[in-house]
Amino acid sequence: MQNGKRGKQSLVPTLLLMVFGIWVSVANAGSVEEQTLRLAAELRCPVCQNLSVADSPSEMATQMREVIHEKLKNGESPEQIRDYFVSRYGEWILLSPARQGFNWLAWLLPFVAIVGGFGIVVLTISRSIRRGRQSHGEPPPPSDPRYAGRLESELKEWER
Amino acid sequence: MATWKKLSLLLSIVPILLLLAYGFKTNPREVPSPLVGRQAPPFAMAAFDGSSHTLEQHRGSPVVLNFWASWCFPACYEEAPHLEAAWQSYRDRGVVVIGVDIQDRDADAKVFIDRFKLSFPNGPDVQGKVSIDYGVYGVPETFFINRDGTIHYKHVGALDAKILKAKIEEML
Repeated sequence: MQNGKRGKQSLVPTLLLMVFGIWVSVANAGSVEEQTLRLAAELRCPVCQNLSVADSPSEMATQMREVIHEKLKNGESPEQIRDYFVSRYGEWILLSPARQGFNWLAWLLPFVAIVGGFGIVVLTISRSIRRGRQSHGEPPPPSDPRYAGRLESELKEWER
Repeated sequence: MATWKKLSLLLSIVPILLLLAYGFKTNPREVPSPLVGRQAPPFAMAAFDGSSHTLEQHRGSPVVLNFWASWCFPACYEEAPHLEAAWQSYRDRGVVVIGVDIQDRDADAKVFIDRFKLSFPNGPDVQGKVSIDYGVYGVPETFFINRDGTIHYKHVGALDAKILKAKIEEML
């Protein structure tokens, strides 16, 4: 009985590992051509203006796609190929900065800005609502008798 | 204006100003290469004159590796005579100059070589493997490789006699 329990207990992590393994292999799956395009889409074309190696029609981008294709065919992993281009061109070659060190700033700052902006909007709206409520409760300030008299006479004139 | 408002305004403006100041300080012509200070990637090249060259065979000699193209005007046209002059001046002291013609037609490249009477080895970069291996962005770009095979300096743009002399002397 205890053996059965232990067997079930060890089966769960094994199954989880298997599911994770399948998920990873599915994520990396696809033909060499598909993998080439996926990797090329992550790299910046060195001779273009904000175009990826996958999107650029330039000769250099074509040659880079061929290099990726050849490396994949030779059994290199996408990670190794990414590292190869970074070792040649620097991190500049990656269209998205790697999630490490100082780069985290680039990843987190937009979210911080969104949350901060949302907070400011909420704060401003709640303040204006509070001010509105306060002004409704208070009696209106006394108006200048000169303007009140002028308004009165103009209204009478208009009614005629 | 409340103090906290002034403070938050200052805190948001100061980083932007610092970033702009940093941007103004950097040289837009300077393209950093992660290869400087590291071993130069090995390559094999069949030159237009039929000779073949590998980086390995020149180990022990300072190498000036120049990436160019016949369509690269005027920069490649400006530096070509200086490269030939440097080759003539320093070849007896063991300096090797090698030209790598990228993204070009062989016929146009040969016209270029004839025009400037380039006598140092020049060859095409078939499939762009050498230029990608060296992280080349465009032409002209030149790598100065030490005797031990490490990259001493990378120059982006047209070379002149002064830079060539200075960098070669540093390697000798």
